[in-house]
This record gives sequence, structure tokens and C-alpha cells, in this order.
Amino acid sequence: MDKQQYQDIHATNRGRQQGWLRSGEPMIWLNAAAVSVSIIAVVGLLLLLAVRGLGHFWPADVLSVDVEYQGQTRALLGEVVEQVEVSGEQLREAGFELSGPGPFYQRTLLKQGNRDALGTDFVWLIDEQFANLAWPEDVMVLERLEWGNFYGYLRSVTPRGGPTVDATEEAQRAWETLQALIAETVSVRENIREIEQGAIGAINHELERLRLRERGLEMRGELDAVAQAELAEERATLDARFSSLQDELNALYESIRGHHIEAELANGQRRQLPIAQIVRAYQPNALGPVEKLGLYAERLWEFLSDEPREANTEGGVFPAMFGTVLMVILMSIIVTPFGVVAAVYLREYASQGLVTRTIRVAVNNLAGVPSIVYGVFGLGFFVYFVGGELDQLFFPESLPRPTFGTPGLMWASLTLALLTLPVVIVATEEGLTRIPKAVREGSLALGATRAETLWRVVLPMASPAMMTGLILAVARAAGEVAPLMLVGVVKLAPTLPLDGNYPFLHLDQKFMHLGFHIYDVGFQSPNVEAARPLVYATAFLLVVIIALLNLAAVSLRNRLRERYKSLEH
Amino acid sequence: MSSHAIDLKALKRDLPGNAAPVRRETCLRMENLNLYYGTAQALHDIQLEIPRQQVTAFIGPSGCGKSSLLRCINRMNDLVDGCRVSGKLLLDGEDVYDRSVDVAALRRRVGMVFQKPNPFPKSIYENVAYGLRIQGINRKRVLDEVVEKALRAAALWEEVKDRLHQSALGMSGGQQQRLVIARTIAVEPEVLLLDEPASALDPISTLKIEELIYELKSRYTIVIVTHNMQQAARVSDMTAFMYMGKLIEFDDTDTLFTNPEKKQTEDYITGRYG
Repeated sequence: MDKQQYQDIHATNRGRQQGWLRSGEPMIWLNAAAVSVSIIAVVGLLLLLAVRGLGHFWPADVLSVDVEYQGQTRALLGEVVEQVEVSGEQLREAGFELSGPGPFYQRTLLKQGNRDALGTDFVWLIDEQFANLAWPEDVMVLERLEWGNFYGYLRSVTPRGGPTVDATEEAQRAWETLQALIAETVSVRENIREIEQGAIGAINHELERLRLRERGLEMRGELDAVAQAELAEERATLDARFSSLQDELNALYESIRGHHIEAELANGQRRQLPIAQIVRAYQPNALGPVEKLGLYAERLWEFLSDEPREANTEGGVFPAMFGTVLMVILMSIIVTPFGVVAAVYLREYASQGLVTRTIRVAVNNLAGVPSIVYGVFGLGFFVYFVGGELDQLFFPESLPRPTFGTPGLMWASLTLALLTLPVVIVATEEGLTRIPKAVREGSLALGATRAETLWRVVLPMASPAMMTGLILAVARAAGEVAPLMLVGVVKLAPTLPLDGNYPFLHLDQKFMHLGFHIYDVGFQSPNVEAARPLVYATAFLLVVIIALLNLAAVSLRNRLRERYKSLEH
Repeated sequence: MSSHAIDLKALKRDLPGNAAPVRRETCLRMENLNLYYGTAQALHDIQLEIPRQQVTAFIGPSGCGKSSLLRCINRMNDLVDGCRVSGKLLLDGEDVYDRSVDVAALRRRVGMVFQKPNPFPKSIYENVAYGLRIQGINRKRVLDEVVEKALRAAALWEEVKDRLHQSALGMSGGQQQRLVIARTIAVEPEVLLLDEPASALDPISTLKIEELIYELKSRYTIVIVTHNMQQAARVSDMTAFMYMGKLIEFDDTDTLFTNPEKKQTEDYITGRYG
């Protein structure tokens, strides 16, 4: 190859390279890569949450295993939760004697339950110590109101006063008796809950109102003998109703007390367990996939519909779900009119001078203020100042116990409304700007005033933009936790802020929130292993709820858009 | 200058052989009308008398102030920041720019149709009923009647009577523009201002609009701004030629197009500039 040829080829190559750069191809690849990474990240996150969280409700098989270590043998029963490889070095340093040759050993996390009998319900085991692995069909799992799961073998079932059914002789009949008794106690417990939260809750509510009335009369100096007699009479009726309900409750409690079972743990220990404490009993190793699926659905439903138990590590998250949705709805109701009115003023009426520009910049910057700052402001201004004043004015009879002068649902909603206000203002303003001048002029030319034009033409046409603002606001508010900890969210508040007692929506009540629930379960719980899957499940639920709220708002916006398609031609 | 033109016209009308003399009652009179956008003067000393129930066309090159003049009549210029008017603009002898004038009421008397069709994103029916609803008329019987009448007057009824409650945005451009005209005449104005009403339309739609203008002039005083000189010649009775914010010549359309008085006018209509 002579020099000329070489130079020619070189020039062509360079030309080709430059051509490739200039064609924009690298940019396209770069953009596509960025999009791919984002999608993988989002999908991966959702998958992780879904798998880890939703997997928790699957009734896993129960392993029976003998662990031999230093000449001693322990019999264990439990669900395999996790398996990891660890280096032998690490284990030896931790003081384990290992017999195997390998540098790596498998460890297994076993959920052995029975916290009341064994102390801890999760144990790490080294697989090389395992012997006699089995999945016995008659292993029974009990979900209990207290002390977590029970794993063991059913030995006998004794209904109250009735004859004992021995499970070693009549396994089938014992199991059926147990299930019948559990079904009965569950329905009785349901009754008890209804009475306690419904009827007795209502009576307590009435009694409290009576007390406040008396206090009010007393403060105004109107508490004379007539009024006192009247109050006493009303109180007597309520007391009578209360004690009759109390009797009913006692009878119900009595009816489920006394059933019990005897069960054997893996180590041969026998225990008596009251059936009143059992939520559910099943034999996972004997179940087919369809039955397991049924059980899975049942447990998932319990998670969605029940109250939490055992420091939030068992049971469901319904109050937290309810609180989250209710708070977001209240926030939307507050923030939308406020933001829209402010945006209309800024865009339609204010003269577009320096002051308006400054206000606009300030509003935009408000969106960047850390949310905890809003929380502090909400606590200082709304709760202590406004709430305190409200209490002085409207609820003096219940002082010194605060009514609104304490964190609660209303203040949380207001604080979040404030937090999301800039988003709504900015989005609405943008929408107002985009409305063609021709349409406004058309309305004005027909003799409409500016206000009429605004109300009848401009605002309807800007409604999709308002919805966009609301969507962004909801997305931000539903995931917010930090400010809520200061202005109304608590760890446990099973009483819903919406019920049948006047005034039905209790804005002064504290409430639960999924975001805070995640924090509480994951990081404030004494039982880390038990809580971990619930963190995933709750996080997944929160994401799903936010997505659903957003979808609802988006579909509403699309319908509005369809209706008010702007006139671009 | 323009008053001079009008005098000449009066003379010409008396000459035998000219178009049949029509008694022309003045509807709109402008006296020394000046319009300023901030410091820039857009209209200079306009003197003009627009006859009742006739079609008057404003022609002239882009930026000559014909649209600004039109928008003075229903005070649409009020919406422009820094806009100021001096002189007089009399509608039936009352000054439109008087302090006591209710602008909304004025705009009900002086309807306007814009260059681009601008129907509201509502149903056809609601578009036409809009002006009445603004006035607080909500009785269905009254509205039904007025809507039908207005749509018939705008030659649109036959085309849309079966889809009155569908969105107006689904109509063609020409239909939309006739809908806007129907919407405007539904409030029974005295004057109709048309700001290049056919410039965004195809030839057939344009023809329909022109026919409509011809029919409407028996009931309304119509002022039309147009770029298109043939259109002015076809539809108008009187034509005003404007240039650089000044009224150059105002005369019978026939006279202006066949025998213009001013050199500038002649140059423009023969296509030498503009």
C-alpha cells in the first residue's frame, strides 16, 4: 500500500466517523440508554417490592429438621425464610465449629415461631448441621392474636366442658372440631368488636358530649337543679344501656373462653393453647396449590382489611390505608380551590409588573422548601396557634384537654395543602396562559364581562391544567411522611376518623398513614425479621394506592381534555 | 380630506346615470378619531360616516390600521395595555367612548366576528345560546327559538339541526365561522363587525360567507375588513381605503374601484403595491 492509498483510506475513515457523529446516531443511543436505565430502575423497584411483599402471604411449607451440633441434637420446625452463602472464616470467627472442607457454607434463616415457648421466632442455622430433613404432613401452623405464629403438632382438642377429641386416634375429627371452634370464635370476636367499636363507642361519644354540655353550662353559670336533673337522667339511660351491652359482651367473651387445644412442639414439649387466641389454623404441607392459593387470598385480604396487631408486625394495614386516602382527598379539596383562585388572580387580574413577577418567583421557590419545614410550620402555626385559638373560642368546655390544639387530620391535610399549593398554582397558571386569546375575545365580543368570560369559558378550558396540578400535588402529598409526623400521624390509631357518630368526619382525630407505617414497622419494630416482609408489602401497597389515585385523576383530566380541546388551527 | 370625498360622492349621486340613489342614514360616525398604542399612533384623524343597513368594507395593505379601526367600534382595543383613543366615535349619535357607556352593553349592540373561527368548546346549541345566557335568559323555550332563528339566519340550520348538542369543534372551518356569525346575531346586535371573516377559509366556504353577508345586510349594518379586493368589490356597498393609519378615500364601492379619486387608491387596487 503506497502512501497515497493509505491517506485516502484514512481520510475516508475519518469522514465516515465524522458522518456517524453528525448523523445524530450517538445521541439517539445515549437517549435510548437513559430511558432504558430509568425503566429498568422503576420496573426493578416495583418487582422487588411486589415479590418480597406479596410473597409474604404465601403459606410456605414447614420444614422439620434435626440440628446436630457438638454432640447435641435439637429438633426444629419452621418456615425457610432466606438462605445465604457465608464464608467459613466468618463463621469460625463467630465461634462455630465447622466440619466441612469448603470455604463457603450455606446458612438458613428459619422462622420457628413459638415466641412464647422458645424466646425468639427466627433462628439462623448452618446447613451442614442439618439431619433428617422432612416435611411432615401433619405439621400445624396457628396464627395467633399474641406471640406470633405457632408451629407444632395437634394432639387434642377440648371444647368447653365437652369431651376431648384425641388427635392421635381421630386426626380427621380433631382437625374438623378445631376448625369449627375457630370459625365460631372468629365470628364471636367479630361481634365483640362490633359492639365495642360501634355501640359502646357511640355511648362513650354521647357520655363525652354530655360531660362537655355539663361543663359548658357550669362555665356559663347555668347549671341549675333542673339542668342537673336532666343531665343525670340522660346519663342514667346511657349508663343503663352501657351496662346491658357490657353484660352482652361478657356473655360473648364467656362463650369462647374455655375451648382449648393441646399441641406438641418440635422438641416434644406439650402446651395448652386457648382457641380464643387463634386466628387461623392450617397444615401447609398437606395443602394442594389451589388450597394454598385460597389461603393466600385470605391472608392478603386480612392484610388489606384488618387492623394491625402486635406492634404493627402482624395483622393488616387498613387504618393506615384509610388514613392515607382520606388525608389525600381532604388535601385535594383544600388545595384545588386555593391554588386555582391564586393562579387566576396572578394571571388574569394582577398587572404583570415587578410585584407579580416577584410573587411568582416566590411561589415557585416554595415548591423547593424541604417538607419538614412545612411540618414545623404546621405544628407551630396551625396546631398551636390556630388550633389553640379555636379551642379557646369553640371548645372551652373540654379544656385543658385540647380538641384542635393538638396534631390531627385537619392540620395534616392543611399542611400538605400548603406544601402542594405551588404545584397547583404553577400548573393552573400555565393552563390559563395557553387558552387562545381568540376565545376570550369571542366571549367578550358577545357582551360578556371579564368575570363572565373567566367563569364560563376560561376556567372550564383550563380545567385539564388544574387537574394536572392536582395530579402532581397528589403524587407529592401521598408519599410525604416527614411533616406528617409533626402534625397528626401516629403509630397506632385503629379508630377510623370517619364513623357513624356525629359529626361523622372527625377532623381533630389523629390517624395512621402508610408512609409512616413503613417507617414504624421497618425501623421502630422490636421484631425486625417479622417486620421486614411487611415493609415491602406496605411499600408496595403505598405505591399502588398512589398510582391508583393518580390514574383516577389522569382519566378525569383526559375526559376534560377531550371536552375542552383547545382550538389549535 | 375624507369629508371632501364625501362631498364629492354626494355630488356624484345627484348626477343622472349613477347607481340608484339610496337614502343613506348614518349609523356610525367617526370624528377626528385617533388611536395610540403607547406612544405609537395607529390611527390618524379618521373622519367617516358608515351608513345603516349597508355593507362597508375597509381595505388597505397590512398594518394600515383597518383592523384597529374596526376594533375601536366595539372597544375591543380596551383589552390592549396602553391603548388610548381620542376624538369621537358616535353610534346612533352617542359617543361610544363616553364614560357612562357600559362596554358589555355596547358589545351586545355591536357584534364582532374574528379572522379565525373561535367557537367555544361547547355544543353548537350552547355556542349560539351563550350570549343569551350571559344576559340571564335561561328559559329553554326562548333559547330554542332564538338558536333556531340565529342558525337559520346564518344559513347553518339545515346542516346542523340534527347535531345541535354535539361539540362545535367537530365542524368544518366554514361552518364554524357561520356558527360564530349565528352566535353573534343571536343577541340581536345593530352592527356586525367582520374582521377578515373568510381569510382562513377555502373558496367554497368563502362564497357561502359572502352570500350570507349579502342576506344579512337588510337587517344589520355591516362593517367588513378584508384583504381581498375582489371580495370587497363583491360584497360591499361602500369602501374605505386606508393607508398608514390614515383614511385615504371613502366612496361607493363601484366608484372607488372604477374611478378612484386618489392616485394611492388607484395604485393599490390595480396591484401596484400592497
